[in-house]
Amino acid sequence: MNASSQSIGQSLDRVDGLLKVTGQARYAGEYPEDGLLHGSVVSSKIARGRVLRIDASRALALPGVVAVIDHANRPRIASYDEPYQDADAADGSPFRPLYNDQILYSGQPLALVVAENLELARYAGSLIEIDYEAQDHQTDLAILQNEAHPAPAELPKPRGNFQGEYASAALSVDVSYSTPIEHHNPMEPHASTVLFQPDGSLHIHDKTQGTQNCQAYVQKVFGLEMEQVRVFAAFVGGAFGSGLRPQYQLPLAVMAALALKRSVRVSLTRQQMFTFGYRPRTLQRVQLGAAANGRLLAVAHTAVGQTSRFEDFTEHVVEWSGMLYHCDNVTLTYKLVPLDVYTPLDMRAPGAALGLIGLECAMDELACALAIDPVQLRLINYAERNENEGKPYSSKELRECYAQGAQRFGWDKRNPEPRSMREGRQLVGWGMAGGVWEAMQQKASAKASLDTDGKLTVSSATTDIGTGTYTVMTQIAAESCGVSLENVTFVLGDSSLPTAPLQGGSFTVSSVGTAVQQACEALKEKLLAVARQACPAFSGATLEQVVFVDGQLRLGEASVALAELAQKKRRDAVAGPGHRRTGRKTPGLRHRYPFGGVRRSVGG
Amino acid sequence: MNPFHYSKPDTVQAAIDLSSPVSRFIAGGTNLLDLMKENLTRPEHLIDITGLPLADLSETPSGGVMIGALVSNADLAWHPWIERRYPLLSQAILAGASPQLRNMASTGGNLLQRTRCYYFYDANVPCNKRQPGSGCPARDGLNRIHAIFGASDQCVATHPSDMCVALAALEAVVHVLGRGGARTIEFADFHRLPGDAPERDNQLADDELVTAIELPAPGFAEHSHYLKIRDRASYAFALVSVAAALELDGPVIRQARLALGGVAHKPWRDRAVESWLNGKTVSRETFTAAADALLQNAEPLEHNGFKVRLARRAIVRALSDAALGVAPQGGQA
Repeated sequence: MNASSQSIGQSLDRVDGLLKVTGQARYAGEYPEDGLLHGSVVSSKIARGRVLRIDASRALALPGVVAVIDHANRPRIASYDEPYQDADAADGSPFRPLYNDQILYSGQPLALVVAENLELARYAGSLIEIDYEAQDHQTDLAILQNEAHPAPAELPKPRGNFQGEYASAALSVDVSYSTPIEHHNPMEPHASTVLFQPDGSLHIHDKTQGTQNCQAYVQKVFGLEMEQVRVFAAFVGGAFGSGLRPQYQLPLAVMAALALKRSVRVSLTRQQMFTFGYRPRTLQRVQLGAAANGRLLAVAHTAVGQTSRFEDFTEHVVEWSGMLYHCDNVTLTYKLVPLDVYTPLDMRAPGAALGLIGLECAMDELACALAIDPVQLRLINYAERNENEGKPYSSKELRECYAQGAQRFGWDKRNPEPRSMREGRQLVGWGMAGGVWEAMQQKASAKASLDTDGKLTVSSATTDIGTGTYTVMTQIAAESCGVSLENVTFVLGDSSLPTAPLQGGSFTVSSVGTAVQQACEALKEKLLAVARQACPAFSGATLEQVVFVDGQLRLGEASVALAELAQKKRRDAVAGPGHRRTGRKTPGLRHRYPFGGVRRSVGG
Repeated sequence: MNPFHYSKPDTVQAAIDLSSPVSRFIAGGTNLLDLMKENLTRPEHLIDITGLPLADLSETPSGGVMIGALVSNADLAWHPWIERRYPLLSQAILAGASPQLRNMASTGGNLLQRTRCYYFYDANVPCNKRQPGSGCPARDGLNRIHAIFGASDQCVATHPSDMCVALAALEAVVHVLGRGGARTIEFADFHRLPGDAPERDNQLADDELVTAIELPAPGFAEHSHYLKIRDRASYAFALVSVAAALELDGPVIRQARLALGGVAHKPWRDRAVESWLNGKTVSRETFTAAADALLQNAEPLEHNGFKVRLARRAIVRALSDAALGVAPQGGQA
């Protein structure tokens, strides 16, 4: 077994921090190449209709403009849905860039200008004239909310008798909320640099949260072999979910590269960052019925979200209202309204960040109506089990979280009377809310190898969208193998590395981290096997008996450097095989959900 | 952005000689470059004026201050003369933009920044200010941030500057030079109401360059206040802002200046209300009556009726704080 080392839990500088702050970290739109061409996207000015004519003559007349690609002259792309259905696709028929003359939303890409430099490409794009046949469109969820259809989501079945209990409850609240569209808009705009290789294969630097997702998408959409497409994402300047699906700059850049047999970069403008996935607007209604003592007797939560006319985007919006509090009578409803907009996309705690607003605001309304402290109301209704599924939690510390939060905030000094508290001249109010999120794990794999200098290299095709994957995985590997942090390199962001899931859902550390740990365990078994043969002191030793620490293998007084073991293995590096673990999105009998508490002081 | 010629003259006269209907002067470029990148404006010739000797402050014979057009917004806000004698101006400048932008933006350029109307910035929709005669989608569209005073059927945009609201209250004078020679323009006359020519924000001719802003001697340093109300606490344009300046004799108002930002195509003043305040005693009732009088002619649109209520409270607070001599709360940006 391992002696406890110092790697995990240490407060460290990010291992990639120096590269980032000194500008050496290259992002997708920053890879230079001689002869690189630049693409600029021309976007639709209308929300629905048809392209009648694209006149690119003025653009093409400019010296240095190489091509204008549109639906009429693009390279061949797949003509059925499956190739476009990436690992995070919603139900339906995914958007196909430059596929035909149909306009499905405002800002849709209609043409790509390819030129010798970015400025020229953008200017040329401004000279392209497009004739439209505009059709009536609707982008307002509120106007079409009565046409909502049930979302294709597996909601918990209604439990108990909501209507009966709600009607007879001593106190009830019936409140409606709306949440606006939110765009991810990370600091780094979406960009793809497609480097056309001499053999015709493509090396693509893409802004993505999943290199293998993009590799598969490009391969399938363009009918290529997997070996012909390699996708890199060494650094990602924030994503928040916007890189979960391949975005349209990727297929556009690939189209240009394949058509021209040249390397091409396409970067989206800040304005174009508003022309693909986003957190959808929702309209919500929450009905709570309670006894005079604060016990929740009835909960109903209805959410209506917007989606596109081509895909039904769903997320977990209302489930939390059957989970966060104990209640025997619960009805949850989730509907969608298709609009002339792009399909929404997962964004930072997708669904939960919406539904919990409704639930927690309604709980505050109830606390006010009952004249019960809002924290107290939540404790009265504390859920010991996941009542949506009738399963216990492996651990849940929310009660302690409430207590610590209240203590640190000075909650006992709160006056619940509205407009009773001031800071200086400003009226202030103190509020709180609880949170809940899924603890998921996905299939992931990693590879670990030790070279003859004792340097450990661990790799997986995951990404680091600024969340610290490089650092965390380095810590896990260092601790697992008993090697100092300086001697560990973690490699990610390359589709040719061992399989990793999309980086999202707060499951990267639990999934990839576990794979890293297990790859390191496999490596340690190999190192011990070498020691058993080469060092008499270790003959017959088992993994449970030995210790990996400070770059050494130890058994009592005996020790041998790991580097030496690597050298003894006929000067070959020792490698632990890629280790694959089974996906566990819904672990057996026990569920794990992290909980969070929020307390806020709001000026007014 | 379109291809353009670029010149960098050394003298003011050379800059004016270079100007033409298709040229634009550029100093900090904090607004012009954005407009060019979005193809909202396409000058064929940029005349870089940052090499001109217009970056000094000096005292005028009448006891005021002459501010060169190229003094940066940051340097102006933090200049000891301005901080001490014209704190209203310093507060207003620091309420706008961000430190980076204030470092780049020039005093003259601040006067010439263009509206932030959503429709003006969206080249895909009509806009009379951008393309005369094409229409105004804001009048019946999303007009939450738009004007409640002085709008026309052709345009409901507001002027975005904070600095100009203070300059209006201080009755600054704009010095300009053109092919026809030098002239001065009272600040109140510098910006236009949209009328039927919303493409023109101000009275400058194509060949005219703002060379300086002159502040008269009275700075209302004892009793002035700039209050800006916006959707977020920093880096946002005013929904409503109020520059209030009072000259007091004990509790009696001897002179009042009141200018509003975020409500019209130009900093909005109502001389009748200012005159009415003269001789009145400082009180909440007095200020409320002034606010009501000023706002009785407001013409809100579908989504900006809140600005009338907001302006009423903002005027009362700004005048009250000016009377008390209270510095603004909170951050500077």
